[in-house]
Amino acid sequence: MDYFLKLFLSGTAKGSIYALIALGYTMVYGIIQLINFAHGEVYMIGGFTALIFGGFFYTMGMPVWMVLLLSVILAVLFSAAFGFTIERIAYRPLRNKPRLSALISAIGISMILQNFVLLAQTEKYLSYPSYLPEFAFLQPFRQYINSTQFIILVVTAIIMIFLTILIKFTRIGKAMRATAQDKYMAQLVGVNINQVISITFIIGSALAAVGGVLICSYMGQINYYIGFVAGIKAFVAAVLGGIGSIPGAVLGSFILGWTESLGTGYISSDYEDAFAFIILILILVLKPDGILGKNQKQKV
Amino acid sequence: MKRNVVILAVMSVCIALVATGCQKKDTSAIKIGVAGAHSGDLASYGLPSVNAAKLVAEAINAKGGINGRKIELVIEDDQCKPELATNAASKLVSSNVVAVIGHICSGATKSALGIYKDSKIITISPSATNPPLTQSGEYPNFFRTIAPDDAQAKLAATFLAQTLKLKTIAVLHDKGDYGKGFAELVKQFAEEQGVTVALFEGVNPGAPDYSAVVNKIGNAKVDGVVWGGYHPEASKLVQQMKDKGMNIPFISDDGVKDNTFIEVAGKYAEGVYATGPMDTTSNPLAIMAIEEHKKKFGEEPGAFFLNAYAATLAITNAIAKAGSTDYDKVSAALRSEYVDTPLGKISFDQKGDVIGFGFSVFQVQNGKYVELK
Repeated sequence: MDYFLKLFLSGTAKGSIYALIALGYTMVYGIIQLINFAHGEVYMIGGFTALIFGGFFYTMGMPVWMVLLLSVILAVLFSAAFGFTIERIAYRPLRNKPRLSALISAIGISMILQNFVLLAQTEKYLSYPSYLPEFAFLQPFRQYINSTQFIILVVTAIIMIFLTILIKFTRIGKAMRATAQDKYMAQLVGVNINQVISITFIIGSALAAVGGVLICSYMGQINYYIGFVAGIKAFVAAVLGGIGSIPGAVLGSFILGWTESLGTGYISSDYEDAFAFIILILILVLKPDGILGKNQKQKV
Repeated sequence: MKRNVVILAVMSVCIALVATGCQKKDTSAIKIGVAGAHSGDLASYGLPSVNAAKLVAEAINAKGGINGRKIELVIEDDQCKPELATNAASKLVSSNVVAVIGHICSGATKSALGIYKDSKIITISPSATNPPLTQSGEYPNFFRTIAPDDAQAKLAATFLAQTLKLKTIAVLHDKGDYGKGFAELVKQFAEEQGVTVALFEGVNPGAPDYSAVVNKIGNAKVDGVVWGGYHPEASKLVQQMKDKGMNIPFISDDGVKDNTFIEVAGKYAEGVYATGPMDTTSNPLAIMAIEEHKKKFGEEPGAFFLNAYAATLAITNAIAKAGSTDYDKVSAALRSEYVDTPLGKISFDQKGDVIGFGFSVFQVQNGKYVELK
């Protein structure tokens, strides 16, 4: 039972890592039906930005909490700027073109960003300092969960609630939902859809940056390629939960995390990916729109 | 008649003089073949060996050669292709070489070795690491100045069984050729020494989190963990193990014996064991050989340079010690004589594997890899 609990909690921690990235994926998809493959790269850039500024502030002798705060804020601003720019350059000109064009454009941006960081920074793995606090009250439970995992879990929950409130109860949220339902109709009733989509990208990218800092702190390392690997799993999680749905992305991520963790623990880690994709296939066969996805009739 | 006797006597003295003169002054060159990839996409593995052989031969010839006989190198290209290697070998045999430095790639070496064996030509490879080349016992004429592929795993297994006295271990790998190959060999050699392998698993390289498999290690109650793979995953594993309060030995391969591992894993790297090629950077002969290379060729030497340098020194030393180029005497000398080389003081065992150079166990101590003796 103790072993099960350990595996369950490590699955939860893993799930919340996936969820941090999956939330951004699903939000963009929910509004403009675009799978933003560059999302993983924005997450990686967030991690790098915080690493660079964090190192700078730390050598200036600032206290650790201030280093953390400032580097996260700068990472968020940088990533948001990246998200905004990517949308302007790579997606907006293709908005009224077939959806496949934007998808290919997204893959292209993803490769450009990876290679940009490879050339501008380094091909090596770098050590990622953890500026996150260690909680004394978690020390007795460190066999089960550590401070960083706990922080990731809490932040994931906060972001999920924040996004749900933003989309359900605010004016911009209402505009987002209108844009998602019908871009032309929304424009007719006075919604500035360009602005709404830009804001969606800015928020999604800002969240990716927060994820980048937290996950890199947890892994203790960073490399230009991390966005790709994490992005694929997060994408699976988002589809599993019903792409476009905020709680769905979180639920999908947890299911993926638990499956991988329990599968590793009781069967073998050799088949970790196999378990993840078997679950994905099973759920998509039973519920093609994902667990919490809306069953939308395609208009012909 | 008297005159004839005098002439006969003079002639016989002359003949005797000429005969002894011939024996004392056999100044024909000793031919040594150098074979390997000198063109094609693997040329960078083979060319440094040619440079090494040239440097050693020049140094010996400058001192008057071996027992007064100069060394002449015969260079043949095989592009690391087995079919070209047999051609190269036939050419070397017909130019009457005494020994061959090469070949470079294991496959090419294997196909050439049969030809050398039939012609009784000693072959010393600086780089062919395929284990059966020596271990099969098929080629008594074959020697190498590099450790075979399985030496690393054998060393790691012996180290954890004999030195650390571990009883139960977990073996993890990254599912790649290199990592999984190492892990499987460690498992095999460890089990031969009575160690129980309680867990043998591959993990996904690049995954953000290994806490599930770390929990599994904890649950298996093992005394040590072996990792076959590279450093990015190793540093996540040691970090997550120590986070969970597991302070058991972590033993890995030369994919982890890289300073980047220490930089990335930081304090978590302390105490980690890794096997790797013995350190030759402080060997004065190695420093000298590299300097010579820079002076003559104007650049840093390439792959297997020191191994080839050592191979050439070993064979020339054996010929000098044997006092002849006779196959049996020279191969006996290779097995019995120790020679100072850039790799250290080396000799060869009965099967032809190098003694005195190979892999060592290193441990991270105070942020540095330290060779354990």
